[in-house]
Amino acid sequence: MSTLTEVPLAPKTRREVIERAVIRFAGDSGDGMQITGSQFTNTVALYGNDIATFPDYPAEIRAPAGTIPGVSGFQLHFSSNEIYTPGDAIDALIAMNPAALKVNISDLKANGILIVNSDSFKEVDLRKAQMTSNPLEDHSLDKFRLFPVELQRLTRAALQHLGLDAKAMDRCKNFFALGMCYWLYNRSTEPTVRWIEEKFNKKPLLMEANKLALKAGYSYCEATEAFQVNYEIPPAQLTPGLYRSISGNQALALGFVTAAQKAGLSLFLGSYPITPASDILHELSQYKNYGVITFQAEDEIAAITSAIGASYTGALAITTTSGPGMALKTEAMGLAIATELPLVVCDIQRGGPSTGLPTKTEQADLLQALFGRNSEAPIPVLAAATPGDCFWVALEASRIALKYMIPVIVLSDGYLANGAEPWRIPKIEDIPAFPAKFATEPEGFMPYKRDPQTLARPWALPGTPGLEHRIGGLEKQDVTGNVNYEPLNHEKMVRIRAAKVAGIAQDIPNVLPEGDPEGDLLVVSWGSTAGSITAAIKSARAEGRRIGHLHLRYLNPLPSNVGEILKRYKKILVPELNMGQLLWVLRAKFLVDAVGLNKIQGRPFKQAELEQKFDEMLGFQGNHQ
Amino acid sequence: MSTATLPPPLTKKDFQTDQEVRWCPGCGDYAILSAVQSVFPELGVRKENFVVVSGIGCSSRFPYYMNTYGFHTIHGRAPAIATGIKIANPDLEVWMATGDGDALAIGGNHTIHMLRRNVGIKVLLFNNRIYGLTKGQYSPTSEFHKVTKSTPYGSADRPFNPISLAIGAEATFVARSVDVFQSHLKDTLRHAAAHKGSAFVEILQNCNIFNDGAWFSLTEKDARSEQVLQLEHGKPLVFGKNHDKGIRRKSDGDIEVVQLGNGIAESDLVVHDAHHPRPSYAFLLSHMEHRPGFPTPIGVLRAWDDLPRYEDVMRDQIQEVIAKRGPGDLNKLLRAGDTWEVK
Repeated sequence: MSTLTEVPLAPKTRREVIERAVIRFAGDSGDGMQITGSQFTNTVALYGNDIATFPDYPAEIRAPAGTIPGVSGFQLHFSSNEIYTPGDAIDALIAMNPAALKVNISDLKANGILIVNSDSFKEVDLRKAQMTSNPLEDHSLDKFRLFPVELQRLTRAALQHLGLDAKAMDRCKNFFALGMCYWLYNRSTEPTVRWIEEKFNKKPLLMEANKLALKAGYSYCEATEAFQVNYEIPPAQLTPGLYRSISGNQALALGFVTAAQKAGLSLFLGSYPITPASDILHELSQYKNYGVITFQAEDEIAAITSAIGASYTGALAITTTSGPGMALKTEAMGLAIATELPLVVCDIQRGGPSTGLPTKTEQADLLQALFGRNSEAPIPVLAAATPGDCFWVALEASRIALKYMIPVIVLSDGYLANGAEPWRIPKIEDIPAFPAKFATEPEGFMPYKRDPQTLARPWALPGTPGLEHRIGGLEKQDVTGNVNYEPLNHEKMVRIRAAKVAGIAQDIPNVLPEGDPEGDLLVVSWGSTAGSITAAIKSARAEGRRIGHLHLRYLNPLPSNVGEILKRYKKILVPELNMGQLLWVLRAKFLVDAVGLNKIQGRPFKQAELEQKFDEMLGFQGNHQ
Repeated sequence: MSTATLPPPLTKKDFQTDQEVRWCPGCGDYAILSAVQSVFPELGVRKENFVVVSGIGCSSRFPYYMNTYGFHTIHGRAPAIATGIKIANPDLEVWMATGDGDALAIGGNHTIHMLRRNVGIKVLLFNNRIYGLTKGQYSPTSEFHKVTKSTPYGSADRPFNPISLAIGAEATFVARSVDVFQSHLKDTLRHAAAHKGSAFVEILQNCNIFNDGAWFSLTEKDARSEQVLQLEHGKPLVFGKNHDKGIRRKSDGDIEVVQLGNGIAESDLVVHDAHHPRPSYAFLLSHMEHRPGFPTPIGVLRAWDDLPRYEDVMRDQIQEVIAKRGPGDLNKLLRAGDTWEVK
């Protein structure tokens, strides 16, 4: 029996009901912060809070322990109201070592809760974090509610009777900290206990150790007098329905499995592992009983070209990658354009150029997606706005690819890929089908004879008698598909390919601005910045600013009414996590004097940064920090 | 009673297209095209099930001249595209036409990975030891010190031996033939067609414009009998105009060329075993042409068909998972894990 239950309980603590909280777990890459964070997320999501998360981890699997580069963090914003961002400043920080403290302390609000593992503040630990004095003793943390907790000693004490070695016991200390947080926010440990039982079902000793550590952390808070107050965040009023927590990469995977079924095709993924896209490959490789074929290719080029081969035989073919892999796939995208085969290319953007910031988010592949191929090679481009939206974007991209016989690019990014939100689960029956059509009739068959409406050429699968034909990257004669180098035919084909993409604008919804339908300022956005921009505009409009928000899901072609909407506002702001790429497109296309707000730090926008810029453009003085 | 429909009888003509063939007059590719068009009708495969895939280069124009499904892809990527085709539809009969630059330079990576996976694709590598379509630069199979447009003082590269490379990549079928040895070429193609896994066939081919005589040392006058060893499974390794030379094992495991007679009989020679599960013997054979006095082997060096094809392993895995977990139910999949109801 654990001795902890025998510790007398502290005098009754006060419970405060609050609307929302932002909590961040920070520690060494080996401290299990991502698991801790996702467990906390799962628990509060199950309880019914709205959530937004921001996992932030280094590219190195294990940087030297205790050092600044090795710090891994997981931030969670949870609320009884609808929220759009993981939060700017944090209310509670759990720091497992001095380096984690150093990296994250500047984001903690004054009077915020600071739980530190005091066992890891020995001189050697401080040196690794390049600290000259002990912050637990030098009063530098006085403006916070500091709770130094001997996480290592207490965890070992709780587990010592199990006979594990010290290293194994220490690995459970993150769950001790998690248990503390469950007490602090008045949440049940049950969902995590269930997870532990499933995860360690073949390792009963580790199962017991983790469960004990979790409960010990919870009991510690109950027993000690250190914590005077704990918090209650009631469930949020979300749209009724069945919910789950979902990350962008999960949603993309599920979206493509669904799309294949809605098209009546099998799904083929050609992929090469790359951060932050690999989880899509991991997800899809589990769905073999849905007929999903996943092919881990020898490189990025084989990943896309194998998908082109699969598409040629009639599969819904996709390939997933990030920026450097996108660069390698460009020639093959040109082949898919020339051969007019359906394909979906997912680019989970990360910081660049070159290898750049593999684990950090950025939106700097937009121009690459729009233009990054030799010659005139237009491709439809869609971007997901939230983790859950990735599901719907996967479906829409597949629909367009199949209907128009064309490669389509889906842009997501590291922030959406790993971030999670509550997702209202759709009923499969409610999603419209888009059955794929194949040519079967030899009479009058021509490989490049087009559907007059969509300009799509017929999809004639190998194995179909009488439709034998040749395709390839050489310029084709219109209608016959024979190799053809004639000047006028080439111009005609270039214009047809462009018209095919442009025509998709008639097949996508017009956009409606959120907020003010006309007025002083229009904020135009795309991709993962949707959340922080929505939050900032809500807050600014509550203060009386007249701002509209136009969020673009279709980047190519743009919805038909974008130009008209841009004219309704005096000023246009385009916030992007790049040097101004959509800005460049809008200025070039619509001759508007839009301005950019550009952040290139591998991190999402903070709400305050955006509000500051709105006020600057609207002529208000103010401080949103 | 089930009446399995037999494919309609096909002829060479069925595989000829109406496209004007645009290889240079005298190019070795014509002979290869003719051999392939002759052999395809014999294979018992429906015409619509053939897919001919190629990369870029003179040889890669091949699909345009074959009246089958054809895909002329991009430089070096034919093995990857063919792999996607074969995995997604294993019922198709996928053949690939490629060249020494396409398969071994820009596409070297895809070539070795396709072979190691044992995807059921037949690969015809047209080896003319030169870049023809870009007008005469040296290739990965050009001989050391080759003087070309891009190497006026001779190349510094040492060449690949395509056969050794394929064996090194653990290809399960490796063979070699020559454009001008028509009946041998057709026989080799038939062997390749009968192989289930990856079949790699190097075809020595003349480029009469940029590398004329690339293989004259093997194809002119007496060379065929003196310099070429024609391999046949189960037969001793004999060559020479008078069948008077052979290959014998030495006590250290190496091989040597011996003159028959004077106490040395055919029974002392190595008997060719194309079906050996390990590739080391075939590798030894593939390398002998680099040694003075040794002949160049043609025919099937290796044909070991016991390894399951990649696409079959993948399909079986899907069937096993379906058998174990039942066919997928999307509503269940979306609801997997923890969910909660908001009312």
